[in-house]
Amino acid sequence: MNMMSEAAVEKALDKKMNDISYKMIGKDVSVYYGDKRALYDVNLNVRENTVTALIGPSGCGKSTFLRTLNRMNDTIDGCRVTGRITLDTDDIYDPAIDVVELRARVGMVFQKPNPFPKSIYENVAYGPRIHGLAKSKADLDAIVERSLQKAGLWNEVKDRLQEGGTGLSGGQQQRLCIARAVAVSPEVILMDEPCSALDPIATAKVEELIHELRANFTIVIVTHSMQQAARVSQRTAMFHLGNLVEENDTDKMFTNPDDQRTQDYIMGRFG
Amino acid sequence: MSQVSTSPSMTALGVTAKPERRDIGLGRRYAAERRFRLYGMAAIAFGLLFLFLLLFSVVSKGYTAFQQTMITIPVEFSAEIIDKDNERATNPQKLVSANYPVVARNALAKVLGVGEDDRAGLRAVNGMISDSVRVQFRNLVTTDPSIIGTTRTVTFLAHGDLDSAFKGQIDLAVPENNRKVSDKQVGWMNTLAESGALAKHFNTGLFTNGASSRPEAAGVGVAAIGSLYMMLIVLVLSLPIGVAASIYLEEFAPKNRFTDLIEVNINNLAAVPSIVYGLLGLAVFVNFAGFPRSAALVGGLVLTLMTLPTIIIATRAALKAVPPSIRSAALGLGASKMQTVFHHVLPLAMPGILTGTIIGLAHALGETAPLLLIGMVAFVADVPATPMDPATALPVQIYMWANEAERAFVERTSGAIIVLLIFLILMNVGAILLRRRFERRW
Repeated sequence: MNMMSEAAVEKALDKKMNDISYKMIGKDVSVYYGDKRALYDVNLNVRENTVTALIGPSGCGKSTFLRTLNRMNDTIDGCRVTGRITLDTDDIYDPAIDVVELRARVGMVFQKPNPFPKSIYENVAYGPRIHGLAKSKADLDAIVERSLQKAGLWNEVKDRLQEGGTGLSGGQQQRLCIARAVAVSPEVILMDEPCSALDPIATAKVEELIHELRANFTIVIVTHSMQQAARVSQRTAMFHLGNLVEENDTDKMFTNPDDQRTQDYIMGRFG
Repeated sequence: MSQVSTSPSMTALGVTAKPERRDIGLGRRYAAERRFRLYGMAAIAFGLLFLFLLLFSVVSKGYTAFQQTMITIPVEFSAEIIDKDNERATNPQKLVSANYPVVARNALAKVLGVGEDDRAGLRAVNGMISDSVRVQFRNLVTTDPSIIGTTRTVTFLAHGDLDSAFKGQIDLAVPENNRKVSDKQVGWMNTLAESGALAKHFNTGLFTNGASSRPEAAGVGVAAIGSLYMMLIVLVLSLPIGVAASIYLEEFAPKNRFTDLIEVNINNLAAVPSIVYGLLGLAVFVNFAGFPRSAALVGGLVLTLMTLPTIIIATRAALKAVPPSIRSAALGLGASKMQTVFHHVLPLAMPGILTGTIIGLAHALGETAPLLLIGMVAFVADVPATPMDPATALPVQIYMWANEAERAFVERTSGAIIVLLIFLILMNVGAILLRRRFERRW
């Protein structure tokens, strides 16, 4: 490992000093959509086994940053990312990094529940199947069951695994999408406003789930709800107009933020 | 209600008084809506009327083509006429070139009681028999020479004019000299019909025979086989090429000026007159590549070129209609681009692709103009064994029959149109069934 990148060295030092392990490190990340710049030199580190919430008004770049973490921006025409983002010791924008493998390590849950128009079982089994994670049918069954249990959906759907995933309620669909992401055993799960299309009860269930998933996964969540950020996250990052305004412990962020803009946003004075 | 709400007692109860009604043009808006609905219904009624007229005209003229007048009488296969000098063992050509029409004429003359010396009578009898008996009797005798010298009951085609007369399509009020059947023949026809020797049978020849100058023996068999070959070629070539091109353009190709140019050109190609494709096929496939003229292979290739833009446009529309969230979901799980397309996008686009393909095929099935240019408008009597053999197509056969003069070809033209329409309906039913099957997967 004498070829360790600069960021990795930095990370190792950081860990030594603060006894904090960073799962992902973003350094001077800028994103351009064609000529338009959406992110300005963002430096944001994601701690391991921690829920990091990204907040900020609409169009502030929080979703854009989230999508740089598993290179989903690659699918957008004319999108360009500069700066460096590492996952453990790997620079994820290194040409040697395979984007398919990256996305198997950094899973994603989207704003609107988007189950495949296939059975519940097939939805969860798809990821493990394409990555060859299951050795046998029994193995795959076990992965499906475990993933659905982790997503808190097993008891509701265990008798109808062969029914369509799109026939579930909105909240169940979103938990199915979480189970689908979990089934690949990623290291990081990105969630882009996962509760914005759900009612309060379904939201509560998903939040509880995020809380439990923290034990095994590193989670980054984009949310519009201040209360949700306060409830589910340990670290919060505030974005405004493409800049990272402040990143802090959630408790401090919501009681005594360092930056006036954060204070104003949390108090509802703009945004 | 309005009385109650404005009554003074309610105002006294604290209910607010109703303000004066504003004119917000409700009457005008509703009238416009009613008018628009009427226009719509009128347009549909107009369309239905013409559809009904078309179907009525075709079916009323064409249904008689599915029956053919035939004569069933005992026929003496006289050795005297067929093989006078008993040479058939040494000269096989003898049985092929024998004068079979005379055999049929003599048999019918015997039934009608026309003497062997009555030459005018014999000519009239001959005019009642289809010339196709030559081939029919020749086949009977060459397959089984032992019937020579015996008498068998045989069913053979009546002459096309007699067929028309029997179906009531010839106006008998017209002076005898001006019509194709004489009074004497009509009289005989009625006698034979009463005795049961002359009757209408289901016309299997319409589906099995090839082109013929005798309407009673002409059929769409060769044309149907030719059309079938062409449809197979079009399906096998245009579906994979069209779908592959659309998937590449829609999912993989970069969006730049070059792909824009390709897109504009594909859309333009869909609007190119079909006869231009015929010229292209003539120049490229027949003159340059040296494929045989009139062959279903060349027709199929030309129709493939013509169908490709339709299939590509339909497939791209179907791919575009698949929600992007499905692609994101698959990519977010770490599926490769190709896995995303083939596991998720393509199955969802399948109903649209199939519908587009079958509509394209139906178009190709009914296409005539390009086939005229590559020589498929030909007199082909033999069923093509391979797509390299000369063939015609159903719409071309209709076109050729429409140019014929005999009365009996009129009903055959309409009959062929009915056959073509049935093919088209079957293809559309197939499209609907396939679409249902694929859509049922949630």
